[in-house]
This record gives sequence, structure tokens and C-alpha cells, in this order.
Amino acid sequence: MATFKKKTKTKQDIPTSALPDIIFMLLFFFMIATTFRESELLVKNSLPQASELTKLEKKSLVSYIYIGEPSDTRKYGTEARIQVNDVLIDPEQIVQHVIQEKDKLGEDSEKITMSLKIDREAKMGIISDVRQKLREANALKVNYAANKKLRNF
Amino acid sequence: MLKKKKKDAPEINGGAMADIAFLLLIFFLVATTIASDKGVTVMLPPKAEDVDVKVKTRNVFNILVNSNDDMLAQEEMVDLPKLRTMVKEFVLNNGKDKNQSESPAKAIISLKTDRGTSYEMYIGVIDELKLAYAEMRAMYLKMPLEDFQNLDKDNPDQKEKIDKARKAIPYKVSDAEPSEIK
Repeated sequence: MATFKKKTKTKQDIPTSALPDIIFMLLFFFMIATTFRESELLVKNSLPQASELTKLEKKSLVSYIYIGEPSDTRKYGTEARIQVNDVLIDPEQIVQHVIQEKDKLGEDSEKITMSLKIDREAKMGIISDVRQKLREANALKVNYAANKKLRNF
Repeated sequence: MLKKKKKDAPEINGGAMADIAFLLLIFFLVATTIASDKGVTVMLPPKAEDVDVKVKTRNVFNILVNSNDDMLAQEEMVDLPKLRTMVKEFVLNNGKDKNQSESPAKAIISLKTDRGTSYEMYIGVIDELKLAYAEMRAMYLKMPLEDFQNLDKDNPDQKEKIDKARKAIPYKVSDAEPSEIK
């Protein structure tokens, strides 16, 4: 009796020639999605959670203010401080900061959005000081940065 | 005559390409913080001399938050979910109850915080108010909340709906300056 020896003809190796292309595609995605932090944080900044969030549309019109307890408590104390760009400032300097930011925007200066990145443990006292200064500087559109909270109804 | 042999085009070894790409990929993976610039947007009132607008007391819903993060809504200790139901009842009263608002357009929420109130609590309250208004507007447009939240502002048809709801139930929250609350 004849025995049939089955010869498997399927190739065993997976073609990997497209691998670099795939990797490149991922690479480009991440390159585009990456935004480098422009300023180093000098204050603690863990954002609170909220569910009703709006996305900031035009990045160029957004100016950031960070508020929280300084990370270097030995140098700056434990009281919450305000950081813009790379420096800690007092509430009084905010008006000046906003005017500078508005100058940068030119004719769009009235559309400026202030994004307040405030630590969840900060107190309302300093925040309201900042808010009053923003009103003074006529930067009325404010966005309290927050992370998405999921609600289950 | 010497015949030059035609050489094949020199080949570059592409085997290491994947490795290089991987290296770059991993670098960007690590360096990436996918920017999630989201937050609760509010408009501050313009800096003007405080004009005393006469508002009937029945149209004002008072919320007080003290430095212990205890909340008082209409002189009643409440938590956040309760606040939402109370606000909705208050705004949608339409003159039925004598102590509640006359109409959604006239209802004003007054939020007072202490200097010691935590930011987390404040955002919690603001968020709850926003949600309450979103729910009421969704109800006004007779659509589920999710559909309402997914309405696109750039779409003229949908924008019209949003504007209609906004006009019927305007979000009026007076964010009073913090003061001492005992």
C-alpha cells in the first residue's frame, strides 16, 4: 500500500519587509502628536476632575497660568503660588503678564483664553485673587483645566 | 577595448531601518504627553462698577460653600447630586412654587465660596451646575443628554438648536467674590 506523505507547502516565515513602513507610520503619528512641555513646572499640578468639559480650540490664543503649592517647598514655602512661563509671580503681576500675552496676539488679543491649571488642593482665596486680576486685565474667557470624570447615572 | 561591466546599482542595506525607526518611535512614545487641553470654560463678568441689579429673592438660588467644603443650598445642607436636583427643580419651576423661580430665564444661581474652600470642591459645584443646565437644555430640546452633548457647534442646524436651548434656559451663575462664611 502506498503511503502518502503530505508535503506542507505553506511558507513558514512571515514577510517582514513591510515592518519598517508600519513602524514609520507609528513614528510619524507620535511625532505629530507630541507637544513638548514648554515650561518646567515649579508648582504641584494635579488637576481636578469634571465631566462637563469643553476643548480648547485655538492653541495660539491660549495662555496658561499654573497655581499650586511649590514643588520646592524649602525654597518657596508651602503657600500656593502662581506660575507663568518659567517663573513664580505674585497676583499683582498677572495684569502685566496678560497684557504681554495680549500684545503677542496682536489683533486677536480680545479672544485670549486663559487656561488655569490649578492644583486640586489649592484654596479659593488665591484663585479669586487671580480671577479679580484677570477681570482687571479684561481677559474674561477662562478655562479651568480638568481631567475627564466619568459619571454613571 | 575594455568593456566595462555594468555594475548593479549599489544597494543600501535596509535591514537596520526598522531598528532605527523603532528607536525613534520609542523616544517619541516616551516623550509624548498627548495634549488634552480640556476644562470647564467660564466667562468672568467684566470689570465694571458693581451695578446693583434688583432681582427678586425668589429668583435667586443661593449656594454657600464654607472652608470645610460643606455646602448650603437654599439654607439646607446638601451634597452634589442633591444640589443638581434642587437646581433643576428651582429653575424649571415656572412660577408654580412661590419660593422658587418665576421662569428659567429669570433664575439666577448665586455661588459664594470662602477663601478656604478647596478648588476641587469649587470645580465640583461648577461642574454640577453645568451638568444640571445641560440636562435641562437637553430636556427642553427633547433629546437624551448624550445627544445634546454631542451636538456640533460648527453645524448650522445643530448650532441653532443649541442657541435655542441656551436662550430658553440661560446659564446664569453669579460667582460672587469669596468672603468669610461662618
